[in-house]
Amino acid sequence: MVDKITLGYTHLSGCTGCTVALADNYAGLLTLLDRYVDIKYMPTLADARHVQKVDVSFVEGSCCINDKLAVEELKETREKSAVVVALGGCACYGNITRFSRGGQQNQPAHEAYLPIGNLIKVDVFIPGCAPTPQMIRNVAVMAYLLLKGTKEQKELATAFLTPLMKLAEKNEACFCDLMTDVINQGLCMGCGSCAAACPVRAITMEYGKPNGERDLCIKCGACYAQCPRGFFNTDVISQYEAINEAIMGALQ
Amino acid sequence: MGAELGNYKTCVSARSTDKELLKYAQDGGIVSQLFAFALEEGIIDGAIVAANKEFAAKYPSKVMADNSNFDMIEPWRSIPAIVNTKAELLAAAGTKYNISPNMAMIKEATRSFGLDKIGIVGTPCQMQAVRKGQLYPVGLRDVGDKIALAVGIFCMENFPYQSIIQLVEDHAAMKLESVKKMEIGKGKFWVYGKRGQVVQLPLKVTHKYEQPGCKVCLDYVANLADISTGSVGSPDGWSTVMVRSKIGDSVWAKAMAAGVFETQPIEKVKPGLELVTKLANEKITKNQATLAARATFGVGKGLRNPYL
Repeated sequence: MVDKITLGYTHLSGCTGCTVALADNYAGLLTLLDRYVDIKYMPTLADARHVQKVDVSFVEGSCCINDKLAVEELKETREKSAVVVALGGCACYGNITRFSRGGQQNQPAHEAYLPIGNLIKVDVFIPGCAPTPQMIRNVAVMAYLLLKGTKEQKELATAFLTPLMKLAEKNEACFCDLMTDVINQGLCMGCGSCAAACPVRAITMEYGKPNGERDLCIKCGACYAQCPRGFFNTDVISQYEAINEAIMGALQ
Repeated sequence: MGAELGNYKTCVSARSTDKELLKYAQDGGIVSQLFAFALEEGIIDGAIVAANKEFAAKYPSKVMADNSNFDMIEPWRSIPAIVNTKAELLAAAGTKYNISPNMAMIKEATRSFGLDKIGIVGTPCQMQAVRKGQLYPVGLRDVGDKIALAVGIFCMENFPYQSIIQLVEDHAAMKLESVKKMEIGKGKFWVYGKRGQVVQLPLKVTHKYEQPGCKVCLDYVANLADISTGSVGSPDGWSTVMVRSKIGDSVWAKAMAAGVFETQPIEKVKPGLELVTKLANEKITKNQATLAARATFGVGKGLRNPYL
């Protein structure tokens, strides 16, 4: 199909969980590939593995600055992609790789890992460990509409993606974001979204407010991104019914 | 129809036709009856509700795990819980007036509780959390499409549990364990004792105990729920019901066909939608002013606005 967008997938220091989450869209992924997206390169799911010129590239994993190849691939990804999406907590925020002190086999000197936004400009964040198949799906459909849609679809896609672009302005995340940017700012209303979103159950709700076990936090950014007082674009979310239907319709 | 009431397909004054259920209900028993009906019909296979100490003692495996020991749960502290039967539902019925983080259980409901069709009740902000969770499911894998019925309740503000202690034990001078019912209505905070005593506090007293996070909320009538309900606008013992989404429309039509609710046209009841509209506008105007004041809170520095 002529109107497909091209997608690349650069795999740095990540556990392939983000790849699996993408694949876990099952039939939805096949429909995406049939109608909307051509994967130009991607370890695991495509034959071509080397970075090419694409419309959108997903980057999984943080970047080990002691690994020359990783740094080069990341820079090349930026040069050759119109839109770079940091997929998952490691690419966005470092996530579990923040805790690396090196010494692991077979590259013990690979010890310093940075979220990709410390090295290149990133356009869109999809936080979480692992990011959810549905979030990847929604962003993929919106990215398609942004590049190939009608004027109205482009506007909707822009509005949908804007908060995820704003998230990309910051490269650190942890439970503390809920303290500093939500509770300390007098915005928490105790819904519990953060506790549900946390993949490691580091957050419990005590008397209606989140309590973080900071030693358990892996710094994936899911809690803050899920929080309705983290960001809440009323104009987009109020159209939830129509947007959900449009996304499901696009994947029928 | 102004924006302050959100989009809705129908609006009526209603109450449950189940006399037994009404004994447990806050007003018209709308939330309990909707979930009881939806459970019976298989529209949902469980619901996330706000339960309490007595519920936790009776159904310990159904309440949200937190760090408190069940013996330490205070009277009237609300705890999110999953209910699968009408008996459990009724055990959790009634308004608690303190924060129940129901969204905290939305993922667990689909995991260890194994629900495929979840019902959830919540305040307008919690309905916002539900919809954000469906459109931006950052940490809610395989949850969004399992939310089968979201019921929102009208809400001016909520209280932290400790504020309820202040209001009931200090201001109303009653022991929390002896309280039968609490209610906000007719411009007052009412506390009903189990032995029949009634204490009323002017809302002026309650304002300073409100949860700060409520003061930036721009939704009074749960615009993003499938069905929203509250006592405001309807006569005593009845509730105002707004049916909003396609899901809400379908569930409400089935419930009406089954005769589980009796209704009156909202235009025919007093005080009617006029009061709902007035209060909605009051809340939105007040909180928009708060947001504006936050923007210039410091000297050349403001506080965060989550809507920008």
